[in-house]
Parts: sequence; structure tokens; C-alpha cells
Amino acid sequence: MLRAISAAAALIVVGCGVALAAVHGEHPEEYPFSFESPVGSYDMAAVQRGFQVYQQVCSSCHSMDHLAYRHLGEEGGPFSLYIVRNHETGEPEPHVGRPEHGGTFVEVTENPYVRAIAAGVTIVDIDPNSGQPADRPGRISDHFRRPFPNAIAAAASNGGAAPPDLSVMTSARHGGARYVRSLLMGYDGQVNGTLHHNPYFPGGWLAMAPPLVDGVVPYSDPETPQTVDQYATDVATFLQWSADPHMEQRKRLGVVVLAFLAVLAGLLYLAYKQVWRNESH
Amino acid sequence: MAEAAATSAHDGETTRRDFIYIAGAAVATVGIAATIWPFIDQMNPAADTRALSTTEVDLSAVPEGQQVKVLWQGKPVFVRHRTAVEIAAAQRDDFASLKDPQSDADRLKQEDGEAGRPEWLVLQASCTHLGCVPTFVEGSQFGGWFCPCHGSDYDTSGRIRRGPAPKNLLVAPYLFTGPTAIRIG
Amino acid sequence: MSGPSTYEPKSGITRWLDRRLPIIRLAHDSFVAYPTPRNLNYWWTFGAMLSFCLIVQIVTGIVLAMHYTPHVTMAFASVQRLERDVPFGWLIQNIHAVGASMFFLAVYIHMFRGLYYGSYKAPRELLWILGCVIYLLMVATGFLGYTLPWGQMSFWGATVITNLLGALPLIGESIKNWLMGGFSVDQPTINRFFSLHYLLPFVIAGVVGLHVWALHEAGQNNPVGVDVKSKADTVPFTPHATIKDLFATTLFVILFAVFVFYMPDALGHADNFIPADPLKTPPEIVPEWYLLPFYAILRAFDFNIGPIDSKLAGVLAMFAAIGVLFVLPWLDTSRVRSMRYRPIARQFFVIFAVVCFALGWCGGQNPGNILLKAGPFSATLTWVEGGQVAERPIQADGAANWQDAANAAEAQARADGASMTAVTRTGAATGILRSVTGGSAQTRTVEGETTDYLETHITEVKEEVGQAAPFYNVERRVPPAFTVTNFSQVLTLYYFLFFLVILPILGLRERPERVPDTIAKPVTGGKAQGAS
Repeated sequence: MLRAISAAAALIVVGCGVALAAVHGEHPEEYPFSFESPVGSYDMAAVQRGFQVYQQVCSSCHSMDHLAYRHLGEEGGPFSLYIVRNHETGEPEPHVGRPEHGGTFVEVTENPYVRAIAAGVTIVDIDPNSGQPADRPGRISDHFRRPFPNAIAAAASNGGAAPPDLSVMTSARHGGARYVRSLLMGYDGQVNGTLHHNPYFPGGWLAMAPPLVDGVVPYSDPETPQTVDQYATDVATFLQWSADPHMEQRKRLGVVVLAFLAVLAGLLYLAYKQVWRNESH
Repeated sequence: MAEAAATSAHDGETTRRDFIYIAGAAVATVGIAATIWPFIDQMNPAADTRALSTTEVDLSAVPEGQQVKVLWQGKPVFVRHRTAVEIAAAQRDDFASLKDPQSDADRLKQEDGEAGRPEWLVLQASCTHLGCVPTFVEGSQFGGWFCPCHGSDYDTSGRIRRGPAPKNLLVAPYLFTGPTAIRIG
Repeated sequence: MSGPSTYEPKSGITRWLDRRLPIIRLAHDSFVAYPTPRNLNYWWTFGAMLSFCLIVQIVTGIVLAMHYTPHVTMAFASVQRLERDVPFGWLIQNIHAVGASMFFLAVYIHMFRGLYYGSYKAPRELLWILGCVIYLLMVATGFLGYTLPWGQMSFWGATVITNLLGALPLIGESIKNWLMGGFSVDQPTINRFFSLHYLLPFVIAGVVGLHVWALHEAGQNNPVGVDVKSKADTVPFTPHATIKDLFATTLFVILFAVFVFYMPDALGHADNFIPADPLKTPPEIVPEWYLLPFYAILRAFDFNIGPIDSKLAGVLAMFAAIGVLFVLPWLDTSRVRSMRYRPIARQFFVIFAVVCFALGWCGGQNPGNILLKAGPFSATLTWVEGGQVAERPIQADGAANWQDAANAAEAQARADGASMTAVTRTGAATGILRSVTGGSAQTRTVEGETTDYLETHITEVKEEVGQAAPFYNVERRVPPAFTVTNFSQVLTLYYFLFFLVILPILGLRERPERVPDTIAKPVTGGKAQGAS
């Protein structure tokens, strides 16, 4: 009986693989992202570069409605600012990204980097005196600038398919950050009308033309290669941060909570044994 | 005889049993307290509320002797273009007997500590008594604002001179962003 | 059975209170002095875990409601704000979402415990039925809550389930529109779903009160299924059961915490992070895991039963799957409660448990997926080499007459001597007929283990033949296959057979093992124990 059940189970597992191609594309490439393990964290330099790739390449078509510029400077953000004491000189100096130890967090309202990023963007707003639409430089409280005023405009400018919002893209796709990275690297050049072939995309053909080419985004660090692979990895890391900005806090708290619960469980077990010591059960 | 032995053994076990119960209860209490904190903290203002939004004001639209009332963080703020008479009165009254002593120059300071300009006064339009919005009354005894709710009288620098309000009208943090523009917040 | 209350108020205040509102007496009698069978095992701790889960869901839910906006344009964004901006909002949101799954995990184990140990038998029939009511309310609450984030799965799951109600004859459409507040799932729907989702947990809490009351009236069941006969059989609830419940619940919370802190989205679906789009259906619509077995039963009915069409049959079967639980106390005829002493019933129970898991698996699969097939996929290509190719346009009067016009054109070509024809439709009422006259007919049959391999082989043949063939006729064949739907049908059959046929018959025919006389005997070995 049991053998028959196991045999059936094995056949079922095999049969599963058949019809998945239509629902999912090819399995994304493995990549050792730093944030994946239970004790993983974000490579902040990669998140910063990924943001740069988004700003310079993706933001012309893709919105990120749920991110505000101030999120970049809050604790755990890629441009968060801390004051640390220099080891050698003992002088306080600014440090971008969470420092190894110590350091006081600088409120995002006092963060010049985030202010500059926001001010570099033009936001369409209403003039407070005339009530008419007017442009103004961005503020840290603004949400990321939308490339199109609404969904219809987005679709109309992109062959009928609106480019999806990227705020939680790595949560919204099977394969997450790996999928995004593989997709951006996976174009094989075949074109059919307005569609481009990419084996990682479900169905194989998508309306987005390959957005990345070598050298399209100038990185300030000369050590980091400016290749499609690097851009894809960095922007996937940035999108993962965007989808899960509290990840590091969550994992840290998880360690504390689980350790506490283990101790509590141990104590309660001993108490249980004590209570039932003289009772048979 | 068996009873005596049983009793002494019982005492030792009582201590151990009590310790385990006390330890368990203590750890559980710490856990419950730690768990309650996020549920209380979540009602605090969220990050988007805390992020100071700022209000820009174009000063060239405010003629001398007039004021505008703008919203900053959802609260009303006066930006008054004072006349020379008002400025003189304010500076003279630095030496009057004040419930909440403060010099006019102090109340003109910008957010970064730099001196302001005497003709531009930026005040939170909330009476420090119970929060009503005072009205500027020309020719009143102290020359400044009057709160209709309970009769607090403020002078041309927004200091409390008479009435139940305990403190001067609060200065809103502001910065000159240009010769004719300020940013509040 | 508890007997008279043993509570004695000691201080002035407690005496004053006891005379006016004996609430401490009630707590003492129900949860302190309450006599509990001494042989309860860990399967009996899940009731306490369920109370814990209910409290957690209510507390986190009320807090979430302080930040959530039930409006189609703002719901998704309000959840994002919770995750990003509200202090600890991400934690509370995660606890609520994972908590729903943990709640259902505990309730399924609790229900299986009841099935195995015969906790539904007299005098606990009403206790069991109240439990079924709680379960039904939980399913409703879970469904309503899942709609609120307004992701793709929220919207389309709500659409599918409300459309099910449309299957009811005569009144179906009206009820559907009444429930949705419109003609499709939209703003009125999300607003009222939010209100009902807030309400139902308190209804659950009320029914739980009745459930515990009914429990205390009959007394706890226990692993040997024998009634409590004397004080030797029981221990006071506090501290004995209390400490065991606390310990087991802590282990449960450890599992809960592992999900909340390390795998918060593992039990959900990626598509629910895509904002709802009424114009775009996701490739697969699946409910949360705890509803998958019922989803499988619903979809198993792809055939009509007499006058009942398949959609209605599926809906009725799905509700009947829960409904059959309500009458279980009268279906099981066995006089022995616990399956510990019913060896045959135990085997069928194990199969039933496996069937439930398998139904859950089926619910998550594409119904057309092939599990087993008798032979490979195959296709036959026919073409004519070396003949004369002719092309002729086909014009029909209107799209409705297309098929007739195409058939007529083909018939005409064949009458004129064509050995092979192919029709290509280029518009609603226009097309092209290609025909070959003369030449030699060729045919090739290819096979493939999957449809992808088959297509690859077809392409290979075409490439090999190349220019020689002007066009092909390809006939594809699917071998007899056992699909996910077929599997669901078999499993659903067993599910209903178990309750409606197997248990009634077994109760009458099975010879159970010898049941112990008392609870105390098997655990004490007959010796009297110290005061409990």
C-alpha cells in the first residue's frame, strides 16, 4: 500500500514539470546575492549603484510609486548618513550606510545627499497661488517621480503595455531578484515586430527592448565593471532593497526573538516536568 | 520516620520548583512586555508624517503692513511684513515687563541661527493658551495680535502682554532661500 | 463533569464580588480547579494554541485597521505604507498574514485529533458542530481578509468565488450582485468585505465561548475514549494542563516566528504583490494553501450530473465537503470512541489524511496537467511533393458563414482533382485556400514525451523536408491521460466515501480491540496515586 503511494507520488512530481513553461519562463540563473541567507544583509554599495541604474535607465518608463526620496536616507537605506568617530584622528566624520559599530544616525531631513537626489528631479505639482500645474524641484518627502501621469499614458507610450511599477517587483515575480537579474541579462537578440525574445520571460516574448548595454551608466568607482551583468546584478539588489527595506532589522530581531523563545521553552518544559513529577500520565 | 525524610526532601524540591516557576514567569513577563512595545509604538507618527514637509513662501507678494497665513505641517503660520512703526514698538518693548521675556532680535533668528530681517516675522498662528488663531488688530493697545477665545493680547513681536496665554507665540523655523523667499520647516 | 464549585473567596473584596458577579468563581471552576483527564497527550494542546491565534489575529488586525484604507485606489498603497513607514508596521503586517496560516494549521490538527479520537461522539455532538461553525467562520474570515490588500490574487480570487454563487439556480445572479454591491468586484465590495472581516472574528470569539461551555459541560475526551469515572482519573487544570499548554504553545510560536522573521512571504503568492487589474487575469488563480483542498473538490466536477451543470455541481460538492462534517456524529456508528482501539478504521483514517494532503496539492496545480499517460504525444504530418500548387481566395458573406464557405471551397478544389488542401483564415470572413494537384503524397509520424518535445520534432521534420513541401497538414494527438482533474475526482470520491459509507459500515462490522476500563488504569498500573 505504502509502496504504491510512494510510486504514485514520484510520478506526480515528474509530471509537474511538464506544463510549467507557460506559467513560468526558464529557471533563473543562480547567483549568491548577499541578502539571501537568514543572516544576510544588503551590499549597500550595490544598492547605491542599482539606484543609479534605475535613475538613469529604468525611470524613464518604470515608476516606483511606493518609494519616497526620504526612504533612501532612513535607517537601513543606501544613502543613510551616520556620524562616526575617525579611528586615527578621533574627529567626527560622515559615513554613508550603516557603520560597523557605533555612529549616530543623522535624520533624513539633515541628509544632504538625499536632499540633492530629490532636488535633482523635477516634480509636476500645483502652483499654490494660481492652482495651475507647475514644475518644481523635488523634496525628500516626495514619492519617486512618475514617468507618466497615469496608467493610460504609460500604456499608450509603450505599445499598449504599461511598464509595471518596480517598487515590489522582486516580491511580485517567482524567482525574485534572481529572475530580474537573469531577465536583464537574458536577451538573445531575436526580434519579432515589437517583441523581443527572452527565455526567462513567461511565454518567451516581451515588449521591453533590452534596456542595458555595456557602459550605459557611468559608475564612479573605477574598480567596478560597467557591464550589463554588473548593472543587472546591481539593479536587482536595489529592487530587492526597495521591496524589503526592513530586512536587516527583521533578521536581527528574529535572532533575538528565537533565542528568547528557546530559553522560554526550556524553562516551561522544566516547569512542566516539575508539575507533573508525581502524577502518572 | 518516612514522613520526616519526605518533608526534608520536599523542602529541597519546593525551592527548586519555586525557582523554575519564578524563572519561567519572569522570562514570560519580559517577553510579553517586549511584545507589547511594537503595538504601542505603531501609533506614533509614521515616517511619512515625521518627514518634515516644508512650505515655501514668496515674500514679494506680501506688502508692508500685511501678513499671510500659510499651512506648515498642517498647522497655520503667520508671515508678517512689519512696518517701521511696528518694528520700533517691538524693539522698544524688549525692556517692558514681559510674562515670557524674549528680545525681538531673538524672535527673528533663522533656523540655522543666522539673524533674520526685522521686517519679516514668522510665527506659529496658535495661541499658546488653548490653540485658537489670533487676529492682528491695528491700533490695539499693544499693537499686535488678539485672541478672540479668551482675550490674550500679543505685541508686534508676538509676545504675550496680557491675558491667560503663558508663552509668546512660537517662532516657526524658517530660512531665507533668496532675497524674497523663505522656506518654513 | 465538574461537580460543585470548590472556590472559596478569601478576602473582603473577593467575597463582595462573588456575591454580585461570580466571575472569579467562573474562572476558577473553568480553568483552575476544572478536572482534566490525566492521560491527555500533546494533541490536546491545540485548543489553547487556537485561542492564542485568535487573540493574536484580533489584536494585530485592530492595529492594522488603524492604518489600512479600504478603497480600490489606496488599499495597496496603504499596505505599502504599513510596511515602510508605520513603526513596526512590517512586523505587525507579517504577524497577521502568517498568523492566518498558523491559525489554519492549528485548526486542521485540532480537527484531525477530533476525528481520530472520536471527540465528536455523544455527548459531544454539539461541541463538534460548534467547532464546524467556527471553522466555517474562519474560512469566511480568511477569504474576506485576503481580498483586502487588493493585489491580483485578492481581486481575482474574490471574482472567482463570488461568481460561484452565480451558479445557484434562479437566485444565483441576484445573490451575487447583492454580495458584490455591483456587477463586478469593485469599491463597494472591498468596503463591505473590510467591515465583515472586522466583524467575523468577534462572532468567532462568541462561538468559541459556546464551544468551551459545551466542552466543560461534557468534559474533555481523552486518548482512550473512556469516560471519567473517579477522581483518580483527573488532575486539576491549573497547573497541570496550563503549564503543558504554555509549553506547547511556545513551541508553536517558535514555528510562527521562523516564518515571520525569515520566510514571511513563503506561504503567500507572488502575484498578490501586483496591484489588482480587472483587465488582466493572472495565468493561475489559486487561493491560500489552507483552502486548496476545497478548491480541488470544486474543480473536480468538470462534468454535468443530469440536470445539474458542472459549475453548480462543483459548488455543491465544495459546500457538502464541509457540510458532511456537521452530521458526522450520526454517520459514525461505532460504539468505541478512540481509533486507538479500532485498527481497521485507523487505516482508513490514515488514507483519509493522505487524501486531504493530496487534494491540497491538486488544488494548487493546473487542472489540465497530465500525471500519467498511456503512450507519448504524437503528430502526423502529411504533405505532397512535386505537385502543382494553386492559391485561391475564399470570401464568405459574414463571419457566421465562414466555415460553410471554407468547406465549400475545399470541396470544390477536391472535385477539381486536388490531392491535398489547406485553408488559412486571414480575416473574419476572408481566407486563402491552397491546393496541390498531382505529385506524391508523403506522411511522417513523430512522437514526443512532452508537447515541447513533440513540437521540436515537428519542426525538425519541416526543416528536413524544406522546400519540397509547399505546406503541411499536421494532426496532433493526445494519448489517454490521467490528469490532475482525474486525480481530484478519485480523491473527492474517497473523501465522501469515507464519511458516508466507510465510517457507517465500519462502526457496525468492525471488531474493536479491548478498551481499558478507566483512564487511570493504563497510566497508573492500577495503583492509587497521591492527592491530585
